[in-house]
Amino acid sequence: MRPPRRSGDRLVRTYVVTSGRAHASRNHFDHITLVALSTSAVHLSRAQLGPEHHMILDKLAGSAQSVAELSAHLHQPVSVLRILLADLMEFGHITTRQPIDAADPTRSLLEEVLAGLRNL
Amino acid sequence: MPAFATSEPSPKLRGDERTAKILVAGHFGAGKTTLVNVLSQIEPVSTEEVMTSAAADVDRTSLPDKTTTTVAMDFGRLHLSDQLVLYLFGAPGQPRFFPVLEDLSVGALGALVLVDTRRLAETYPILQLVEDLKLPYTVAINAFDGAPVIPDERLREVMDLDERTPLVWCDARDRVSSRDALISLVSHLLTLTPEAVR
Repeated sequence: MRPPRRSGDRLVRTYVVTSGRAHASRNHFDHITLVALSTSAVHLSRAQLGPEHHMILDKLAGSAQSVAELSAHLHQPVSVLRILLADLMEFGHITTRQPIDAADPTRSLLEEVLAGLRNL
Repeated sequence: MPAFATSEPSPKLRGDERTAKILVAGHFGAGKTTLVNVLSQIEPVSTEEVMTSAAADVDRTSLPDKTTTTVAMDFGRLHLSDQLVLYLFGAPGQPRFFPVLEDLSVGALGALVLVDTRRLAETYPILQLVEDLKLPYTVAINAFDGAPVIPDERLREVMDLDERTPLVWCDARDRVSSRDALISLVSHLLTLTPEAVR
């Protein structure tokens, strides 16, 4: 882990990026939720979107990404990404794939993970 | 079979893969970043989280922003199959980062707790943290050059480990060794997961 850093280092404060909103309107973006461009994304107007929204869509054009990866690429905290992604979801630009509910993992999932690790 | 070489370009994600995560916990300098990076199939990356909520930020616009700290978390991605992707998160060990860890731990399969035997005392709060998060875990002693080799029984005793909690040795710089530590964790998780009732 790196030493903590003051958020004041950021050029633009987080509340500017999120237009002052503190919570995502759709609270379903885990660190490992996969985000992909929707099939209709190319046809949608991006006029209402901010620069960070554009950065996300540009990043997704190459490959789907997890929320954590988008957070790393945009240098924005995951909490900020959740809000930006909720906007994109609302406008229909993206789709998401929820992570496996691991609170109660099945044996078959764990066996699959184990087999995958052994094959590495 | 997944590529096991970091020199290759990051494998692309389609977006319909299933994802799971494991936390790599440990005190500062225990080797979390090393282990995550040696296993990851993507370039080393880190995400950040702010310790105060964005709402608190808004309320403080007229004040110097001194209460907000940012914590960076290194993470990696492993393609375990065409359909299954595992993320490893290097979890900051300081108790003050508990809220960040709590958020991160939701949905995690378990935790690998890395330990340097020269800094055993720093491991106790980490173990407490992982137990508070109710994450099943395996302890992996990262065998640093020159670190004292302490018998497993003694390590278990000083860390007050449950007899069922696995204790393994690893070299976080070594892929196979790090992978084996994860295998030990996942094998442990399997023992905790009952057969499906039909």
